[in-house]
Amino acid sequence: MEPAEIIQHSGGVIGASWLMIALPLLGAAVLLLGGRKTDKFGHLLGVAMAVASFVVAALAFIQLLGFAPGERRRGVELYDLIPGIAKVGLLVDPLSISFCLLITFVGSLIHIYSIGYMAHDPARRRFFAYLNLFVAAMLVLVLADNYLGLYVGWEGVGLASYLLIGFWQHKPTAATAAKKAFIVNRVGDFGLSIGIFTIFATFHSLSYQGVAEGMAKGGSIPATAIGLLLLLGACGKSAQLPLQSWLLDAMEGPTPVSALIHAATMVTAGVYLVVRSGPIFQATDTAQLVVTIVGVATLLAGAIIGTAKDDIKKALAGSTMSQIGYMMLAAGIGPAGYAFAIAHLITHGFFKADMFLGAGSVMHGMNDEVNMRKYGGLRKVMPITFVTFFIGYLAIIGFPLLSGYFTKDGIIETAMEHNAILGWLAVLGAGITGFYMSRLVFMTFFGKKRWEADAHPHESPAVMTWPLIILSIGAIVLGAFLILGNRFMLFLSPAVGRPEELPSFHPFSTTGLATLALVAVGVVFAWYRYGSAEVPGVAPRGSFLTAFARRDLYGDALNEALLMRPGQWLTRLAVYFDNRGVDGLVNSLAALIGGSSGRLRRIQTGYVRSYALSIFVGAAVLVGAWFVVGNL
Amino acid sequence: MNGTIQAPTLEYAQLAPMLVVFGAAIVGVLVEAFAPRYLRSAIHVPITLLSLAGAFALTIWQVVKGVPTKPAAMGAVAVDGPSLFIWGTILVLAFVSVLLINDEDHFVAAAAAVPGSAEEEQALHEGAGHTEVYPLALFAVGGMLLFPASNDLLVMFVALEVMSLPLYLLCGLARRRRLLSQEAAVKYFLLGAFSSAFFLYGTALLYGYAGSIDLAKISAALGVVGGQETLLYIGVAMLGVGLLFKIGAAPFQAWKPDVYQGAPTPITALMASGTLVAAFGALLRVFWVALGGLDWNWSPVLWAVAILTMVVGAILAITQTDIKRMLAYSSIAHGGFLLVGVVATGAAAGQNSKALSAILFYLVAYGFTTVGAFAVVTMVRDAGGEAWHLSRWAGLGKRSPLLAGIFAFFLLAFAGIPLTSGFFGKYAVFQAAVAGGATPLVIVGVVASAVAAFFYVRVIVLMFFSDPAADGPSVVLPSRGTAAVVGVAVLATVFLGVFPQPVLHLAQNAAQSLFIR
Repeated sequence: MEPAEIIQHSGGVIGASWLMIALPLLGAAVLLLGGRKTDKFGHLLGVAMAVASFVVAALAFIQLLGFAPGERRRGVELYDLIPGIAKVGLLVDPLSISFCLLITFVGSLIHIYSIGYMAHDPARRRFFAYLNLFVAAMLVLVLADNYLGLYVGWEGVGLASYLLIGFWQHKPTAATAAKKAFIVNRVGDFGLSIGIFTIFATFHSLSYQGVAEGMAKGGSIPATAIGLLLLLGACGKSAQLPLQSWLLDAMEGPTPVSALIHAATMVTAGVYLVVRSGPIFQATDTAQLVVTIVGVATLLAGAIIGTAKDDIKKALAGSTMSQIGYMMLAAGIGPAGYAFAIAHLITHGFFKADMFLGAGSVMHGMNDEVNMRKYGGLRKVMPITFVTFFIGYLAIIGFPLLSGYFTKDGIIETAMEHNAILGWLAVLGAGITGFYMSRLVFMTFFGKKRWEADAHPHESPAVMTWPLIILSIGAIVLGAFLILGNRFMLFLSPAVGRPEELPSFHPFSTTGLATLALVAVGVVFAWYRYGSAEVPGVAPRGSFLTAFARRDLYGDALNEALLMRPGQWLTRLAVYFDNRGVDGLVNSLAALIGGSSGRLRRIQTGYVRSYALSIFVGAAVLVGAWFVVGNL
Repeated sequence: MNGTIQAPTLEYAQLAPMLVVFGAAIVGVLVEAFAPRYLRSAIHVPITLLSLAGAFALTIWQVVKGVPTKPAAMGAVAVDGPSLFIWGTILVLAFVSVLLINDEDHFVAAAAAVPGSAEEEQALHEGAGHTEVYPLALFAVGGMLLFPASNDLLVMFVALEVMSLPLYLLCGLARRRRLLSQEAAVKYFLLGAFSSAFFLYGTALLYGYAGSIDLAKISAALGVVGGQETLLYIGVAMLGVGLLFKIGAAPFQAWKPDVYQGAPTPITALMASGTLVAAFGALLRVFWVALGGLDWNWSPVLWAVAILTMVVGAILAITQTDIKRMLAYSSIAHGGFLLVGVVATGAAAGQNSKALSAILFYLVAYGFTTVGAFAVVTMVRDAGGEAWHLSRWAGLGKRSPLLAGIFAFFLLAFAGIPLTSGFFGKYAVFQAAVAGGATPLVIVGVVASAVAAFFYVRVIVLMFFSDPAADGPSVVLPSRGTAAVVGVAVLATVFLGVFPQPVLHLAQNAAQSLFIR
C-alpha cells in the first residue's frame, strides 16, 4: 500500500502545531537572554514549556485521529521563504506525530527528573535552557515538511547535543567529548547536505511531497547516490558504524541528557530520516542493502562493546547503539519493517530512558560513581530505582510480554523473512543483549557491596523516582499495545505505506523460540560470571576479545589510523598548497584590489573643485555616451 | 487665454500626506519664532513625530481606499502605487531618524560661531540648542515625498531643492568635529547646486525637444518629433546627471563620503535612508514614465554607471578608516546594486513590475538597516564624541557584546547574508536582473558583493577578535529614542530576512500598477 496524499490543513490544533516548537523555543530564549534573573524559576519554566508542548502534541494527535486513516497526512503551510524554492511548512502525519508524542512526553519526564538531578548545579537554569532548545530543534526536525527544515532541526539538535555533552566544560573529558561528537557528526552532516543538494538538483523541490511525486514520475534519478548520502547523515546522528565512536564519549554529559538525547530521541533521528525518505530508498536495492548491513553490523558491535564496559553509562550507550542498529535494520527492509522500526524506537525510548535515568539515580546516590565494580547489592537500598530498572532490563532483553519482546521480535522476524543471514545475526545480537544487560544488572543491584568507603547510597527524591515509575509502566505495556493486532502498522501506514499482507504475531515461531533460548543462555552465563561469583574490584586483564570490546572494537584506533593521521597529513599538504599556490593567487588578488583602493582613494582629494571637475567630466562622458548610443 | 489665471484644481485627499508634513514644518517655523526657547524642544518633538505618523496613516488610508489612477494637481503630481509605497517607506524611516535627532547631544549650539570660539562656549553655556533642526528635517522630508511623486520636471526640480536645501544646512550642525561638519555642508551645497544646474539644463533641453515638461507628454513626443535628437540626448544625459548625483552613483559619488562623515550622524541616517529612497523613486519615474520608449538607448549607459558605482563603492570602502566614511562607500555600492535593478527593467510589463518590486523591497530593507547602523555609531563614543576611527572599535565585542553583536548583524545584512533582509533584497534585484537579461551585470554585482563582504567582515573581526584598546571608547547608555531606533532596525532586518513575504507582497502590489502617466 502506498502512502496517502498530503492534505493542506489549517485551523484547529494541527493548524497551530507550530506552537509545539515555539513554546520550548520561547522557554530557551527567555532562560538564555533573561540571565540570572531567571535563576529562581528557570527550571520550572523549562518544565512548563516542555509539558505545554506535550499538551499541544496530544491535542493534535487527538484531532488527527478524528480524520479517516487516508486523510491523516496534514500539511500546515506557514509561509513562503524563497518563492518557488523554499516554503516553511509542517507535516503532521502519523509518523511525525508519533515522534512528537515520544519527544514531548519522555522529554517532559526528563525535564521533571532533572529538577532533582541538577538541584545542586549552579548552572541549572542554563541546563534547562539547552534542554528546551533541544526539544524545539528536535520537533523542527520531525515536523518539517521538507528536507531544508529537517536540516535546520538536524543542526539544531546537533548544537544542543554539543552544548549538553560539554555542559560540565570544566572537565577536559567533557569538553573533548563534545568536540568529538561535533566533528564526527560533521562528517555525517556533510553527507546529508550533499544528499539534500542532490535532491534539489534532481527534483527541483525539497518537500517530501515533491520528492515523492518526482520519484513516482520516474526518469533518471540517482536514488542510490541520494540514499547513500542520506545514510551517511543518518549514521552520524544515530551513531551507526562507521560513525559510532562519538556516542560512548558523549556519556560525559549529565545523565538526563544521555537519557533524552543520546538514547531516547536525537540518536534515533537517523532512523526517522531513512523511514521518511522511504520513496527514495525503496527505489534502490543497493542503498537498502547497505542500510540493513550497517544496522546489523552496528547492532552486533554495540552489543559486544556493551559486554566489556565497567562504566554503567557506557555499557548503556553500547546498548543504545545496538538497539538503534535493530531499528536501522528494520528501516532498511522497507514498508514491512518501518512500523517495527518506529515501534521499537518508541518502546526503546521508554525503557532506555528508564534505565538511563535509573543509572542516574544510582549515581546520584553513589557520589556520581559510574564504575559498576564499585556497586553491588543496591537493590535493597534503592528499591524503586531497582524495580523500575529491572523492568527496563526485562523489556530490553525481550522478556515475554514486555515491550521489547514484541517490538524487537517483530524486527527479527521481519529480518528473517527478508534475509536469513541478517535474521540469524539479529538473533545472535539478542543473545548478547541478554548477556551484557544481565551483567549490568547483576553487577549493580545484586551480589555483595563493593562500595567506596564514603558512599552512602540512598533512594532518590520523588521528583526523580516518579518519572522512573511512569517510564517503566510504558516499558511494560507499550509493546503489546502497539504490536498486537498490527495496531501501529495500520496507524502508520498512511504515512509510510505497508506491505499488502499484514504480518501476524506468532508467539511460538522458530525464530522467536530460538531468540528466547539464546537470551536465556546469555542471562545464565551472566549469572554464572557476575551474579553468583565474586566481581573483582579491578577489571581483570581478560582475553584479547575482552580487550577488543573494551576498546570499542578499536573504533577510535581505527579512526585515528584511517582518518585522523591521513587527515592531518592531508591538512598539512593542503596548508602547503594553500600557502604556495592558493594564497599566492588570493593574496595577489587582494593586493590588487587593496592597491587599487589605495590609488583610487587619492581621487578623493577633499577639494570641492576637483569633485566638481569629476562631476563635469562625468557629465561630459555621459552626454557623449548617450549621443553615441543614441545615434547607433 | 483671456488674461485670467485659472485656480488649479487640487486633489487634497491625495496630497494630504505631503500637506501634513509641510504644514507641520511651517508650524515648526512659527514655534521657532514665537515660543520661548526652553519650551521649543518640548513642542517640536511631538509635532514632528505626530505629523510624520499622521502622514503615514494618511498614506495607508490612500492605499486602503484604492490607489488613484490619474495624476493629481492638474497632472503635476502622480500618487500611484510606487509613490505610496515610497511615501510609506520614507515616512517610517524619517520617523525613526527623528527619534535619533531627538537625542540632544548631536547638534551644535550656535552653528555660525567659529568652532572652539568664545561665542560657541557662550551659546553652549546659555543652553542654546538648535531646535530648528525639527522644521528643517520636516521640510526635507516633505521634499523627499514630493520628489518621487512629481509628474513634471519643474515640480521635480522644486522638490529636489526643497529636499536638498534643508539638508545642506543640517549637515553643518554637528556638535563635534565642527570644521569637518561645516566643510561638509559647504561642499554638499556647492556640488548640489552644480548638479541641480545640470538637472535644470536638462529640463530646458527636453522642453525644447518635446514642447512640454510633463513626463507623459515627453514620452508621447518620443519618436514623433523628428530631427531634434540632439536636444533629446543631451537633455536626457543632463537630467540623468542631476538624478544620479543624488543617488551618489559614480562618477558623481565624490560628495557622499565627505558629507556623510561631516554631517551629524542622525542627519546622515536620514540622508542615507530617506534621500536614497526618494532619489531612486524619482530616477525610476523619469526613466520609465518619460523615457520608457528610449530604454534601448539609456540602458547601456546605465549599465556602465551601475558597474562603475558598484566597483568604486566596494573597492574604495576597503581602505577607509572612518566608520562613517566606510558606511558612505557601502551606501554607494548599494546604490550600484539598486541600479542593477533599474537596468533590469525590460520591455515586458511583467518584467517591469518584477524589477520594480525588487527595488522597492531593497530600499525598505537597506533603509532600515542603515538607520540602525548609524544609530549604533552614535552610541559608541569616547572623549571627543563618537569614536569614528575604526581602530577604536577594536575589541568592542568584549566590552559590550550586545551592541557589537547588533552592529555585526547589520553588517551581515549589508553583506547580504541569508536570514537577513539584505539577502532577500539582493536576491530579488539580481533575480530580476537575470530575468531581464542583465546577467553580466549580476556577475559584476556578485563579485562586488564579495569584495564588499570583506570590509564588513573585517569590522566584525576587529570587534570580536581584537584586543580592546586600553582607553577604548565607552558605549553610552542609549536614550529611549536611540534604543527604540536600534530595536526597530534589528526587528525589521530580522523580520524581512525571515518573513520577507508580507513586504515583498506589498511591494509587488505597489509595483503591479507601475507608474501612472
